[in-house]
Amino acid sequence: MTRVILHSDINNFYASVECLYNPALRSMPVAVGGDPELRHGIVLAKNNIAKKYGIKTGEALWQAKRRCPDLVFVPPHYDRYIRFSRMVREIYADYTDKIEPFGLDESWLDVTGSLVSQDGKVIADKIRERIKFELGITASVGVSYNKIFAKLGSDMHKPDATTTITVADFKDKVWPLPVRELLYVGSSASRKLAGYGIHTIGALARTEPRLLKNWLGINGVMLWQFANGMDISPVSNDSYPIKSIGNSTTTPRDLVSYEDVKITIYMLAESVASRLRENGFICRTVQLYVRDNKLVSFERQAKLPEPSCVSDTIAHASMRLFDLNVNEPFAVRSLGVRACDLAPADCRQLSFLPDSERLQKKEELEKAVDSIRNRFGHFAIQRGIMLTDRNLSSLNPRDDHSIQQIAFLR
Amino acid sequence: MKQYVGVIAQHEPDGKIMPIEMIWTDGRRYEIERIYDVRRAASLKSGGVGNRYACRIRSREVYLYDEDGRWFVEDNENG
Ligand SMILES: [Mg+2]
Repeated sequence: MTRVILHSDINNFYASVECLYNPALRSMPVAVGGDPELRHGIVLAKNNIAKKYGIKTGEALWQAKRRCPDLVFVPPHYDRYIRFSRMVREIYADYTDKIEPFGLDESWLDVTGSLVSQDGKVIADKIRERIKFELGITASVGVSYNKIFAKLGSDMHKPDATTTITVADFKDKVWPLPVRELLYVGSSASRKLAGYGIHTIGALARTEPRLLKNWLGINGVMLWQFANGMDISPVSNDSYPIKSIGNSTTTPRDLVSYEDVKITIYMLAESVASRLRENGFICRTVQLYVRDNKLVSFERQAKLPEPSCVSDTIAHASMRLFDLNVNEPFAVRSLGVRACDLAPADCRQLSFLPDSERLQKKEELEKAVDSIRNRFGHFAIQRGIMLTDRNLSSLNPRDDHSIQQIAFLR
Repeated sequence: MKQYVGVIAQHEPDGKIMPIEMIWTDGRRYEIERIYDVRRAASLKSGGVGNRYACRIRSREVYLYDEDGRWFVEDNENG
């Protein structure tokens, strides 16, 4: 049976959300990125006006500013993006339960046999209309019979458009495109293919797979199948748009005692745990990052005995990693705590072991702390240990954090 | 403009929230006479997303938004 697959891609996701929240920005060139005073800041996203000036995602902020002196920089608000990503997913869920996110702003949907309509384009148009009305941002949707062509379709017309690619017309619509538009054709593969005179997806499709295997290995055969519409990979429900949630800080002074480290780790663990809870995740692995005052750094990780979103558990695991890997005397400059291996909290297995009851209680306690902090601010309630060194504990770690989206090739 | 306002509301057992009175920034209270429609919607004018209540207040139609527990109205000079 021919499948009906949609690939939905929110247009300029971060920039669109920022422009929705600040109407004054909508008529200006906007780039979302870190502090432009910091040399390492890069453009994470830009709106269509900035695009016209040739601003590129990934370029340094100072470079972008030189290209377009009027460019307005907006710092990223990840909490908003996560909220919008979740609301978009809620819309998708009205049409199918087979949803595979690809980063925060893209998803594949398998709507084969959907009760809403048998016509993929009808569903795609409805989804676009709802995203625009309910969320104030736009999406481009590709409709096809496999994931690869659906993704290609969502790239073909922007913003706010539906593009269909069928068995009957894919040779006309897909084959003239440059080969690097195909998902998983990176710059090295496209360079190699160019060396053999293969510049379009059509040329790739008509090449002997035997030759491609010689040039690119087994990936060459996979790309040949993709180019011919033979991708049969399913839309998988069991992946999550966020891979990990982490937080790191460079401390106001060197950390030289276990007590210093403990204060900082607890602070980071609390912020990571509260973000886990906010987004309904538990983590199975904790990762610790340590950099000393000579800028030597390392990362270590440990599996948790039981998945958790409790800061105590995350802090304990991090402290243990520190104990195991750092000997006195030390002078630590930066610490980072990251929760990895995430799963939704609601799929946690029920357990009646006394230990998990204790964890449950801690979780309830920390949720109560979250709600106090949401109402009265971060410093309204604190651990006793934070009072032992106000200088170290004065950071509000929730304002400075990072999320890591899934990588493009899993 | 996004004008945050106070709201007196009734929380129904099924989780629905029904606003009863809106409290303007000057403290004056306005009865919500009727609710025509409730749906999630973006407010392009104010810059926000939430549950949008189309209400009648003093015989004028007003959009009142519940954005994750903070309420705002589209501040529209022309009504
Ligand atoms: Mg996008």
